[in-house]
Amino acid sequence: MSALRVEHVSHRFGRVPALEDVSFDVPKGSFTALLGVNGAGKTTLFSLITRLYDSTSGRIEVAGFDIRRQPRDALARLGVVFQSRALDLDLTLRQNLRYHAALHGIARPDARIDRVLAMVGLSDRLGAKARTLSGGQQRRAEIARALIHEPSLLLLDEAAAGLDARSRQDVLAIVRGLGAQGVSALWATHVFDEIAPDDPVVILHKGRVLAHRPAGNDLTAEFLEMTCAG
Amino acid sequence: MRWLTVFLGIASRELLRFTHQRERFFAALVRPLVWLFIFAAGFRAVLGLSITPPYQTYVLYEVYIVPGLCGMIQLFNGMQSSLSMVYDRETGAMRTLLVSPFPRWFLLGSKLVAGVLVSVIQVYAFLAVAWFWDVRPPAMGYLSVLPALMLSGIMLGSLGLLISSTIRQLENFAGVMNFVIFPMFFASTALYPLWRMRDASPLLHDICAFNPFSHAVELIRFALYLKLEPVALAVVLGCTAIFFGATVFMYNPEKGLWRRR
Repeated sequence: MSALRVEHVSHRFGRVPALEDVSFDVPKGSFTALLGVNGAGKTTLFSLITRLYDSTSGRIEVAGFDIRRQPRDALARLGVVFQSRALDLDLTLRQNLRYHAALHGIARPDARIDRVLAMVGLSDRLGAKARTLSGGQQRRAEIARALIHEPSLLLLDEAAAGLDARSRQDVLAIVRGLGAQGVSALWATHVFDEIAPDDPVVILHKGRVLAHRPAGNDLTAEFLEMTCAG
Repeated sequence: MRWLTVFLGIASRELLRFTHQRERFFAALVRPLVWLFIFAAGFRAVLGLSITPPYQTYVLYEVYIVPGLCGMIQLFNGMQSSLSMVYDRETGAMRTLLVSPFPRWFLLGSKLVAGVLVSVIQVYAFLAVAWFWDVRPPAMGYLSVLPALMLSGIMLGSLGLLISSTIRQLENFAGVMNFVIFPMFFASTALYPLWRMRDASPLLHDICAFNPFSHAVELIRFALYLKLEPVALAVVLGCTAIFFGATVFMYNPEKGLWRRR
C-alpha cells in the first residue's frame, strides 16, 4: 500500500484550471520530491491532499484512506508543514506543540514532545518563545509539530524556502532520516539542489504531471527541456 | 475524551494568547469605561429614562447602559476573533487548525467558544469596575448573567466567523468596522431604550427592534436583574443557528470559501 495515492485529480478555480488529471503515488518510507516552478500547482495539490477543499474530480488516498470519504482516518495519518508560518510566535515551543497535540486529541503529549524535539535537535529550546527561534529552528519546530501525532506521511510545502544553506541541509537531513522510521515524505520544491539523484521525483508544470521517475543526474537540464516544451 | 482534549487545547491557546496580549485586555476594558465614565456622565442630565423592564424603578443612565457596554465588549471581541481568523488564514495557522482530523464544525465551534470565554472574562472585569462606579445589580445577577453572556457571545462570535469567511484580505477589515460594528452598536438598545427610538424615528425604532444585537443586549440586561426575556432568547438562539450554520457552510471543503480561492 502506498503512503499517498493521487489518481486522476483535477481542480478548477471557477473556470481557471489549476490541476489537470494529476496521478502519482508516494511509496511507503520514501522521500519523494514534487518539483515545479511557482504557480505549477504544488500548493493547490497540497490543499487537496489535506482536504482544505475537495478536488473537482479524482481520488486521493492517504495510507489507503480516501480523503473525501474517510477524512478523519486520512488526516490522522498526515503531518503537514505549510509554506507559510504556522507557529504561534507569542507561545513557547512547548505550548505550540501541546496545542497541536491537542488538535489530534492527544491528552498527555509531554513524552511525544520530548521525542520529536530530540529528533529535530531542539530539546534545549523547549521553553523558548517561538519568536526567539532562528528561521531554521522555526522550520525544525514546524517539522516537530507535524510529527507529534506520529503520521505515516509528511507533506512539506517549500519547507526550506528562505533558509540559509546550513539550515536547509539540516532540515533536509531530518526529513530524509524519517524514512528509516517508516514515515514517507512528499517534499514540494522548486530548488534542484534539494533533490538527490535517487529520489523519486514528480515534475508538475502548469497543473500537469510531466514526469514521475527517479531524479537522475541531469534533472535540471531535463526539467528545463520538458517545461520549455510544455 | 479526545473531543474534550481538542476543545481544551483550542481554549487554552486562546487564553494563553489573551494573557500574552495585555494591551488587548486593557483596550477592551478602556473602551466601555470611556463610555461609562464620560459619555454616560455627560448624557445623564440630558437623557431621562422612564421605568422600563427589567428595572422596577427609575435608574441612572449609567445603570441603563452597562448591559449595552457588556454587549459592546462581546461585539468587539467577536470582530477581533474574526480579524484574527483572517490573519490566521493569511498565515498558516488557520490551515493547521483545519487539517486536524476532527470535524470542521467542531473545530470552528471550539474556537468560537474559546473566544467567548475570553470575552466573558473581559465583561466581568468591566462589571467589577462598574461596581465601584455605583452600578450594582443584585449579587446573584453576576451569576445569572453568565449563560446570557455565553449565548450572546456565541451569537456575536458566530457572526464574526461568518464575516471572516467572506473577507479575503486583512485590509478589507476596516469595512467591517464601518458597516457592521458601528451600525449594530448604535442602532440598538445598548444606548437608548426602544421607546426613545420611536420618539425619534419609527424607522429607526424598527431597525433597532430587528437588530440581533439589541436582543443580545436585552438578554444580558434581563439576566443581570435575574429575569429572562424569552423573545430575546429566541432571537439570539435563532441568529446563532443561522450565523454558525452559514459559517460551517463557508468553511466546508466541498463548497464555500476555500474552494473559490
